[in-house]
Amino acid sequence: MNTKDQLDLKINKEWCKGCNICVSFCPTNVLALDHNEKIEIVNIDACTKCGLCELRCPDFAIWLGGKDNE
Amino acid sequence: MSSNLINEYFRESKLPHIWCPGCSHGIVTRAIAKAIDELGLDKDKVTIVSGIGCSSRAPGYMDFNTLHTTHGRALAFATGVKLANPELDVIVITGDGDASAIGGNHLIHAARRNIDITTIVFNNNIYGMTGGQYSPTTPTGALGTTAPHGNIDKPFDIAQLAAAAGATYAARSTAYHTTQLIKYIKKGIQNKGFSLVEAASICPTYYGRKNKSGSPVKMMEHLKNNFVDVKIIDKLPEEKKAGKELMGEFKDITAPEYTAEYLKLIDRLKGAAK
Ligand SMILES: Cc1ncc(C[n+]2csc(CCOP(=O)(O)OP(=O)(O)O)c2C)c(N)n1
Ligand code: SF4
Ligand code: SF4
Ligand code: SF4
Repeated sequence: MNTKDQLDLKINKEWCKGCNICVSFCPTNVLALDHNEKIEIVNIDACTKCGLCELRCPDFAIWLGGKDNE
Repeated sequence: MSSNLINEYFRESKLPHIWCPGCSHGIVTRAIAKAIDELGLDKDKVTIVSGIGCSSRAPGYMDFNTLHTTHGRALAFATGVKLANPELDVIVITGDGDASAIGGNHLIHAARRNIDITTIVFNNNIYGMTGGQYSPTTPTGALGTTAPHGNIDKPFDIAQLAAAAGATYAARSTAYHTTQLIKYIKKGIQNKGFSLVEAASICPTYYGRKNKSGSPVKMMEHLKNNFVDVKIIDKLPEEKKAGKELMGEFKDITAPEYTAEYLKLIDRLKGAAK
């Protein structure tokens, strides 16, 4: 199991369909859609690594990955 | 590029999937993979069976033994798989139409037999794939392409239907309440008998557009605000109960399981023949 420190918020813009679900339900407003309506990380310092975005992204386009696993 | 979970349990060459922006089928599909991962199941011993529908396309993306069958018949195929290979964990992925309209009889009889299959119903209250016709779970008054003036049918409660028909585990969560959903799927898979887990879902393209439900985010908010756990509903004041739908666990009991009973019967007859 990764501890929170070892986790890193990752996105895959190619798979993002711009539904805005992760943006709206992130408790600390870390996320936004860019001018192409694709996911963008705008405030990484506020991320608590709660993982809710990963749980609710319908397109597997955002997740908490291990820092050293890719 | 993807997470370890997607890497391990999905056929990445088939991704991104074809579901519409904001369709919750992806959320529920990921929840199933997450539940399997948390249980530590051997993926070669997991078989996922589906019928036809947007939801039923899910197994095509999932890297297990998978079977994409005909509309409504997933449970019939799954029954065959399970009886021939009782050691497999058999999971059925089905839509509300697939499970409770054309496949309604398969559902109640699989439940009645208490065969060890876990059925996950992606209930978006509509036929998504064919363009928004009303289904047996479309709420009274809601609009569909076949109910342009409002649906006059009363909806099924699929989880309670399965419970009444003999399922030994029956629960409902939503695509918003993903943590509970994963927990119920795990309990369903672990239950030795017929389990049904309903995932209240959103179809922004047909249900949402027809019923002016707003964006996928608005529809997710509706799931968040409208579903109340069966354990706490009685504690709510009357005015807060109005219009609410129940989620939670409706049944969790132990009863003789079908494949086990069948094997016992074979043993008994073999013993008698000696
Ligand atoms: C025997 C048969 N009848 C009708 C159809 C057409 N059909 C395809 S999918 C579907 C309904 C899908 O609705 P649901 O199961 O709720 O899944 P969703 O697409 O909403 O996920 C129907 C009627 C079919 N494929 N086969
Ligand atoms: S992990 Fe939590 S806090 Fe961080 S972006 Fe995702 S939802 Fe927001
Ligand atoms: S939930 Fe997923 S698909 Fe939707 S905007 Fe966020 S990253 Fe994109
Ligand atoms: S039509 Fe509805 S159920 Fe089908 S993929 Fe689109 S949003 Fe999902």
